[in-house]
Amino acid sequence: MNQDRKIRVMVAKPGLDGHDRGAKVIARALRDSGMEVIYTGIRQTPEQIVEAALQEDVNALLLSILSGAHGFLFPRIMELLKEKGLTDILVLGGGIIPEEDIPELKALGISEIFGPGMASEILINYIRENI
Amino acid sequence: MKKGTQNIKEEEERWKKDCLGKYTFKKSETDWGMEIKTLYTQNDIQEIDYLEDIGFPGEYPFTRGVHPSMYLGRLWTMRQYSGYGTAEETNTRYKYLLEQGQTGLSVAFDLPTQIGYDSDHPLSQGEVGKVGVAVDSLADMEILFDKLPLDRLSTSMTINAPAAILLAMYLAVAEKQGVEPEKLNGTIQNDILKEYTVRGTYIFPVGPSLRLITNVFEYCSKNVPKWNTINIAGYHMREAGATAVQEIAFTFADAIEYVNAGINAGLDVDEFAPRISWIFNTHNNFFEEIAKYRAARRLWAKLMKHRFGAKNPKSWMFRFHTQTAGSALTAQQPLNNVVRVAFQTLAAVLGGAQSLASCSFDEALALPTEESVRLSLRTQQLIAHELGVTETVDPMGGSFYIENLTKRMEEEIVSYIDKIDQMGGAAAAIEKGYIQQEIQESAYLNQKDVESGKKVVVGVNKYQVEETSPQGLLKVDPSVGEIQVEKLKNLKVTRDNVRVESALTELKKAAEGDGNLMPPIIESVKTYATLGEICGVLRGVFGEYEGTSSI
Repeated sequence: MNQDRKIRVMVAKPGLDGHDRGAKVIARALRDSGMEVIYTGIRQTPEQIVEAALQEDVNALLLSILSGAHGFLFPRIMELLKEKGLTDILVLGGGIIPEEDIPELKALGISEIFGPGMASEILINYIRENI
Repeated sequence: MKKGTQNIKEEEERWKKDCLGKYTFKKSETDWGMEIKTLYTQNDIQEIDYLEDIGFPGEYPFTRGVHPSMYLGRLWTMRQYSGYGTAEETNTRYKYLLEQGQTGLSVAFDLPTQIGYDSDHPLSQGEVGKVGVAVDSLADMEILFDKLPLDRLSTSMTINAPAAILLAMYLAVAEKQGVEPEKLNGTIQNDILKEYTVRGTYIFPVGPSLRLITNVFEYCSKNVPKWNTINIAGYHMREAGATAVQEIAFTFADAIEYVNAGINAGLDVDEFAPRISWIFNTHNNFFEEIAKYRAARRLWAKLMKHRFGAKNPKSWMFRFHTQTAGSALTAQQPLNNVVRVAFQTLAAVLGGAQSLASCSFDEALALPTEESVRLSLRTQQLIAHELGVTETVDPMGGSFYIENLTKRMEEEIVSYIDKIDQMGGAAAAIEKGYIQQEIQESAYLNQKDVESGKKVVVGVNKYQVEETSPQGLLKVDPSVGEIQVEKLKNLKVTRDNVRVESALTELKKAAEGDGNLMPPIIESVKTYATLGEICGVLRGVFGEYEGTSSI
């Protein structure tokens, strides 16, 4: 990627889940690391998130969910991204996601799932190395 | 050795110089950044007047507890927050918990229910029955409380934006069981302001939301006198990152807004204030948590008596439920959480809680299993019966450190409340984003402290081990969504739809006017109008709150 342009990241909260402490902390840590960060706010539909990702021309899309609805919402978001031709966006997931669900989510094209207690540096490095 | 206060001061200085001064050691501070002294002595409680500031339990200002005999007379209510899947599954879990010695119920609803969508709404997809039980209509509520004697149980329901509707369903179930409303004990959360700031399950804008809340105050004061009509919540602010001081301060600021709303609606403060209850978060910092509850009791009593002129001593009483901190649980080495929960539970008891939920060790990973929730209930029972901490009232009272910390925390809380008063109250401060920003800032600073290692989280940033993935976690039956959708289909063909329509029309008229909405809501739920239909009518009249967020 062109080093002159800042990495643009969208942190999104799909579904009805209101827990966004992690999403906000991550968003701020990414911003402090020099990335441009857009936070969608809570209670976003997959359609709203994908449309925003398109409009904002982001390099990475970070999905945070703690309600257990990832099994429906993540596949829907991946499907919409594909429909819009946004397959080059790096998609990552975080929140409370059982390990047994991870292989299925990765098969959809989600690059990595990060769980609770992860240091933000790990995520920052992962994004830098993978876009 | 000399005697007297002045001499203690001199002796302390001498001790610092001659004895302590020979050693090097770290400086400590509280979670909100106040320096903690190396040692507390009699000197540190000089400014505290025993009779005025501490007093006796069961009497103003209640620093030592709201009941004169506290746990000697009656233990706290053991009330685990619980609910998942269908009403049938949750009913089974409730019966299990009661068999295991739990003494009250606490209902966790799923997100669609909390936001007033039926299970067949497009936005409910993937969310039905996940974080709590799915309740679409009175039919589900009847199953939820099937064979649970509502005249002998107390039930707390974590429900906010549609609280009036779920309360109406509860009243209807009680009526079917032949229980008179005067006999019902329980609580609805009914605290909308913190939904706007940290919890997110809002529906309506501020004005109509406050109207629904005061309608419940008024209706219950006349018809369901023992019901706690609001459970003002600091828990979720703490989970979102607030410090202990911010937790109490912002919650009291919200409370002041509600009390003002009640008074502005024409109610006498003593009519509804005795039914105010609270939920807070008991976190890791042991002494700070104990002092927090003592400070909150004293300050609430003062606020009610002096600021609002409440005359009934029951209006002055700060009666609270607390849950241990979900955010303190770690996904790493989850068994460590058993110990964290035990210490937090002990702090809650030493802080004088009326009702208590202890998290389960597996909750950083999933909803708790029967086994893990039983262990956390046993933790409470162990503390109640084996530790000896319930044998006298407020055993921490008089500790130099605790009394000093109680006083300092009270001062910090007051200074936040003053600041919010100057902004025009909690609703205005929320609109400006002030409360959200303060909490976010604390969350971020905490994360930085954890990442730099300044704050140790055992098993996360220190003492890590290689771990295998945890086994035996609870998984909600993925078919719960379909089951609920099927139930709704059947309901809509078997109920009397003419009655439903006419009840909803009456509700709409009432919402457009300014009368109390509880009676038409009760009529509507009794026709088996669904939660989504009832909220739909109110959404049509009131509009919806538009959330905003910044980082």
